[in-house]
Amino acid sequence: MPDSTLITTANLDKIYPLGLTMLKALDQINLSVTNGEFVGLVGPSGSGKTTLLNIIGSLDEPTNGSATVLGHSIKSLSHKEAAQLRNRHIGFIFQTFNLLPVYTVFENVEFPLLLQGVNSFRRHKLVMDALEWVGLADRAESKPAQLSGGESQRVAIARAIVKKPEILLADEPTANLDAANSHHIMKTMMQLNKELRTTFIFATHDEKVIAYLRRKITLVDGKIERDEDMTVKRVVPQ
Amino acid sequence: MLTLKLAFRNILGAGLRTWLNVVSLSFAFVTIIFLQGMYHAMNDQAEQATIDALYGGGQYWQKDYDPFDPLSLTDAHSAIPAELEPLVRANEATPILIRQATIYPQGRFRTVLLKGIDPNQRIVSIPSSFLHAESGTIPALIGTRMAKSTGLRKGDALTVQWRDVHGTFDARDVTIVEVFKTSVQEIDQEQLWIPLDQLQAITRMPNEATVVVLSKSPLTAGQGARPSTVSAGWEFKDLNFLLRDIHELVRTKNVGGAIMYSILLFLAMLAIFDTQVLSIWRRKKEIGTLMALGMTRTNVIGLFTLEGGCHAVMAAVVGALYGIPLLGYLASTGIALPSAADSIGFAIGERIFPIYSAGLIAGTTILVSIVTTIVSFLPSRRIADLKPTDALRGKLS
Repeated sequence: MPDSTLITTANLDKIYPLGLTMLKALDQINLSVTNGEFVGLVGPSGSGKTTLLNIIGSLDEPTNGSATVLGHSIKSLSHKEAAQLRNRHIGFIFQTFNLLPVYTVFENVEFPLLLQGVNSFRRHKLVMDALEWVGLADRAESKPAQLSGGESQRVAIARAIVKKPEILLADEPTANLDAANSHHIMKTMMQLNKELRTTFIFATHDEKVIAYLRRKITLVDGKIERDEDMTVKRVVPQ
Repeated sequence: MLTLKLAFRNILGAGLRTWLNVVSLSFAFVTIIFLQGMYHAMNDQAEQATIDALYGGGQYWQKDYDPFDPLSLTDAHSAIPAELEPLVRANEATPILIRQATIYPQGRFRTVLLKGIDPNQRIVSIPSSFLHAESGTIPALIGTRMAKSTGLRKGDALTVQWRDVHGTFDARDVTIVEVFKTSVQEIDQEQLWIPLDQLQAITRMPNEATVVVLSKSPLTAGQGARPSTVSAGWEFKDLNFLLRDIHELVRTKNVGGAIMYSILLFLAMLAIFDTQVLSIWRRKKEIGTLMALGMTRTNVIGLFTLEGGCHAVMAAVVGALYGIPLLGYLASTGIALPSAADSIGFAIGERIFPIYSAGLIAGTTILVSIVTTIVSFLPSRRIADLKPTDALRGKLS
């Protein structure tokens, strides 16, 4: 598959009102991400990683400048169009897993397909394939409360990939996991990236995650400080 | 359909919280239907008892008769119309003569209505056959309320004073031959029933009456035997006219019923509203996740509203499970009323048999379902103002 640009931002600012003052969370962000990249937005807390991720995921919109995702200008999308973009093309993985507590593992993973109106037979196959991918097919009927942190995050990954999105956004995906689980999760995501050509964008300050990145964008005070190609110096932990 | 499926999945998944709401809402359902059934039964029973005891199938009134003006009684008497004589003879109508009188029970002075009724009549449910008793004095019937307020008992004799047709005072002793029990106060309080022929004789009003009560049968048989015209000086009063005070009382009591109904509904809705508000508060992160997964705000509002509405559906099912046998049992055995209920100004028997119509049950179910859905929608509207990013952080904007 030829490389193509999925995400571009141009002079993107995000400004929040903070009491009587304004807080500039993102300041003149210019970047582009192409198909199949494994990118990390890295930086300390408050550097604007999650804000940028939310804008790319159409959960938020820029104050100034533009963000274009899969050819859609985020600023001009209606609520409904943004929801459709998220449902069909973007997967999310959250720090706290955000599994729906009353649903089983199977139902959690099935949820995005229900919204897409996929028929029952195909839904079942896709869900089980996704659970096989993350090694949790045998926990399909468990409730989230019965899972460990690592298992919960793998369910969240299965939910994100079940619809085969072009872009997968992960906000601090290993922050609540121990080292072994973190490596397991990152290896699963690298494998997905390799086999499905899914574009991954992480927001993280976890060194364990950073070690896996092929591109590292460092944000400081809402500005891109460095944009590095890590493939030349990457050492994947064993 | 998807929203409905998700709503049911969510509320069933919520477990005990859902069932607590469903059970409390089902109590509201059953209690509202029960109370409305009681009101219907009270109205129906009061109307029927009054018809049986007093109004029959309608009444002819002497033109001067005004039941609310005791002074009208002086002139409210005239000969029974010839057109009604065949009905009286056929026991399809019974004349009643009403006069004012004074009694002196236990040395006290009381003004009463002295009513003459044919001991053989079967038109109204007054036990007039007791007036056949031979006691040497005039036999008289009183109701239990009258007996209680005067201290009179069966077998007691008392003096009655009245004015005859010429205005001359006269007095005789009467003997209480029976104390009858009735739920209809209009034939009991401050009334003394004696044989019609004796009242006509002592008042010198032969063959005269104040009202003529028709049996229910001529009316139920269509035009039947009720004459279309009668002698001048008599007017026909149909049941609509005669029952208007009861209907007015029922309307007043319905206002009270509606208040009770509203309080119950309000309490049930408060539970639903509370659940919804708590739900939105507790499930902010879930709302954010649903939006991140591709649900629109409208979808999420619809989902939460439907979840609330589903409580009403489940409550109707749960309510039916225990409500149908319970209410059915109460409708068949009736509910004993305390004796104090007799004083509320309504003709209520010792037992009341609730009436549950299909309209009442369907109407209550539909009303509660609609109100529940509206009450569920109100807090859910807040989701429209919720930013997905705030929701994901567990923050309400």
